[in-house]
Amino acid sequence: MNGFFTVCKRELKSYFMTPVAYVFLVIFLFFAGYLTFNKGFFFESRQADMRVFFSFMPLLFVFIVPCTAMRLWAEERKSGSIELLLTLPITVTQAVLGKFMAAWIFLGIALLLTFLMPVTLANLGSPDYGPIITGYLGSFLMAGGFLAIGSFFSALTKNQVISFILSVVACGILVYAGMPSTLSYISEMSPTTAGIIESMSFQSHFESMLRGVIELKDITFFVGLIAGFLMSCCILLDERKAA
Amino acid sequence: MMISVKNLKKSFGPITAVNDISFDVQKGEVLGLLGPNGAGKSTAMKMITCFLQPDSGTAVVNGFDIQNDPIKVRQSIGYLAEHAPAYGEMTVNSFLNFICDAREIAKGPQRKEAIERVLKLCAIEQVFHQTIETLSKGFKRRVGLAQSLIHDPDILILDEPTDGLDPNQKHEVRQLINKMAKDKCIIISTHILEEVEAICSRSIIIARGKIIVDSTPQALKDEHQCSLDEVFRKLTHKKSA
Repeated sequence: MNGFFTVCKRELKSYFMTPVAYVFLVIFLFFAGYLTFNKGFFFESRQADMRVFFSFMPLLFVFIVPCTAMRLWAEERKSGSIELLLTLPITVTQAVLGKFMAAWIFLGIALLLTFLMPVTLANLGSPDYGPIITGYLGSFLMAGGFLAIGSFFSALTKNQVISFILSVVACGILVYAGMPSTLSYISEMSPTTAGIIESMSFQSHFESMLRGVIELKDITFFVGLIAGFLMSCCILLDERKAA
Repeated sequence: MMISVKNLKKSFGPITAVNDISFDVQKGEVLGLLGPNGAGKSTAMKMITCFLQPDSGTAVVNGFDIQNDPIKVRQSIGYLAEHAPAYGEMTVNSFLNFICDAREIAKGPQRKEAIERVLKLCAIEQVFHQTIETLSKGFKRRVGLAQSLIHDPDILILDEPTDGLDPNQKHEVRQLINKMAKDKCIIISTHILEEVEAICSRSIIIARGKIIVDSTPQALKDEHQCSLDEVFRKLTHKKSA
């Protein structure tokens, strides 16, 4: 456990020692606000809920989560510091989990900083807090899912740009596969396939959490996704950490 | 016996980097691994420090097997990898604290003492608050050395510890190694032959993944009646020709 905490602490600190964290937070908060108010017609809809805000999260995360994930292992391998890290008394699993957790906490901080949205709502009307809380929980879980995918692709290559592009594509596919337009197109050909694809995409699991429903199947989807990709990441690193 | 290497083998695709090497190192010995570039010195070290998995064979370090007890092995070793990797964005202070965290050196007087000891030993007090990426090559390497000494390990494995240092710094590092030699077990790799004469009590020459000679520097010179330089050239050229 010591290894896990050590790696997690170092990673989290290093976000804030470099400009990475601040640039990231400013851009994230800007777009979260811009999309909600300008593209989502937040005021015009005259509803005291955050559906609009959360509905843009998948799109935003597709680009922004791979930004945090791309450096996790690619940078470590490129600079050779992986040799230092993995000759300290730290196992690969501890290191993978530690780095993942640090990045996830960081994304959690980014989400918490959007607290002005619920505050605004509370001032303007009387929102139903249930869906807001499950919305945040869903967004956090989704960020974790994207992050696990991102850290897998980051371990795949030494090149951060390649790792970024691969994870954007992978996350994008998982989100857009569940969009109604895609699904209706596929269901014309084969309704069964459409059903399978829908249950594998982020969209449907995230949507149901936005309605304020926490279902076991949604939670297991995200947890399973995270566990699966992190496990693959461990195997990948074990195989090719020196290459 | 502090390190006992048995039939280690490792290949990368078609290239056999380390081909069946075995040797033992005792406490108080400074073993110099010599060999041309690409001979397999670093690969052998990476296997002993449990960074790489050997294809076959094993090594026992401080009583722990590298395959079965990698964490225990790493705890007993201080390792300076080639090019002294570190986290550039950290200051020397936070970097050494991170190593202490990883090595489970408790916060408080114990850690303070450990850090002060290596700062003095490696002469890096003046850069304590500087970020590592702004340091010169010599300082970077000495920070790497400090990192490997912080838990006062019984076994030291140093991959080209004096590479990139100026003559004065080289001299200091050699003195440091000499000072520690009698109560530790040290393996260094190098292709600087004067270094071997200056610090090593034993030398192993490796070429193309195989051990060619396992002897003392003095015995080698006596046997071949020439300088170590020429011995090295004779032995490694003949094999690779």
